[in-house]
Amino acid sequence: MKPPPFAYHAPGSIDEACNLLSTLEDAKVLAGGQSLIPLLNFRLARPQHLIDINRIAGVDRIYERDGGVAVQALVRQAAVEDSDVVARVCPLLTDAIRLVAHRVIRNRGTVCGSIAHADPASELPAVLLALGGSVVAKSTRGERVIGAGALFAGVFETTLAPDEVLVEAWFPSSSKPYSVIEESRRHGDFALAGVVRASDRLALFGVAPTPVLADPRDPARGLEPSRDLEASPDFRLHLIRVLTEQAFAA
Amino acid sequence: MKVNGVQRAAPDDTRLLLSDHLRQELGLTGTHVGCEHGVCGCCTVLLDGAPVRSCLMLAVQAEGHDVTTIEGLARDGSALHPVQQAFHECHALQCGFCTPGFVMSVVGLLAQHPHPTEQEVDEGIAGNLCRCTGYASIRRAVTRAAELNSSPHVGKSGPKGRDGA
Repeated sequence: MKPPPFAYHAPGSIDEACNLLSTLEDAKVLAGGQSLIPLLNFRLARPQHLIDINRIAGVDRIYERDGGVAVQALVRQAAVEDSDVVARVCPLLTDAIRLVAHRVIRNRGTVCGSIAHADPASELPAVLLALGGSVVAKSTRGERVIGAGALFAGVFETTLAPDEVLVEAWFPSSSKPYSVIEESRRHGDFALAGVVRASDRLALFGVAPTPVLADPRDPARGLEPSRDLEASPDFRLHLIRVLTEQAFAA
Repeated sequence: MKVNGVQRAAPDDTRLLLSDHLRQELGLTGTHVGCEHGVCGCCTVLLDGAPVRSCLMLAVQAEGHDVTTIEGLARDGSALHPVQQAFHECHALQCGFCTPGFVMSVVGLLAQHPHPTEQEVDEGIAGNLCRCTGYASIRRAVTRAAELNSSPHVGKSGPKGRDGA
């Protein structure tokens, strides 16, 4: 058995999921599972309770609202990739989704899950930040909107409360020029470094504990990226300068 | 859950991964397990027709869904599935460990792109690793499978005597 012991819950509604989250200690929401299940398999995550939201109906819609596109909790990344609405309203998101892992992973992985997971090298949190998007968090206490700038708190850490479930992500329309460019060792890998340009705004990923906004004229200022087997801090800073130049040359 | 068209009970233990359930409980050992964290692609199966990693799902999550494994493509000794036929013709396997995963990914790729471009082929198989590095043959097999899919009687580059059934 690969994963550590946990109690499995499969609520039939978001309200039921919220009730579970408000009463259970150390519970984790399971959406697409493309990040959480590997963490369980490695036993790096050992939640007492798994709340599987995959049985909940009616939370897999993509729709337009407030001059942008809303993506509900159970929308698979592949559905966003193929969505005509997303391609028309927020083509930057379409471009970014294609950089997320591989199609087979995207068939299962969710947009909201990727944002809630908050991997610093992940594309979607940086896209949300560059566009100035937001998420809707729900709990038994009610619903609140969290702007992207106030959402990402640290490595794999958001400002979602332990009893909240992320039910929707909202991406403002991406007006030209926009681009998302990353450098990775192999296609589909996590990026060594990446940039998202949304008009005159620039967000970086893979170079700080969270995605960060930066000044396009001096994008590497103040950054202290980590060192690992794949890249040195200096190389990551070099990549940020080069990728920013490419993004703003278009 | 239905596995290759047969109704099967979900496991009692919710910790069991779908990949381990298929292999250990149902004896369907054609689904291979390599890295067990979603990198190698060996364990790819179809969930309601779309390829997914069976090592990144709990077996209980497949309850109420259709699972197709490599054993479900050509059943009861019938003709090979076009993707299997293409892998055979193009020698797109060496040790064969990665092959079931590649075949299931390619079935999904061709459902999405019946006539894939070179780039779509590369992206479609990028999530599967072949340690024998037989990628050149595998790419040819994808193109060949698209041919076989589109016509049961491909003439000019196809082998002679294939019944196409």
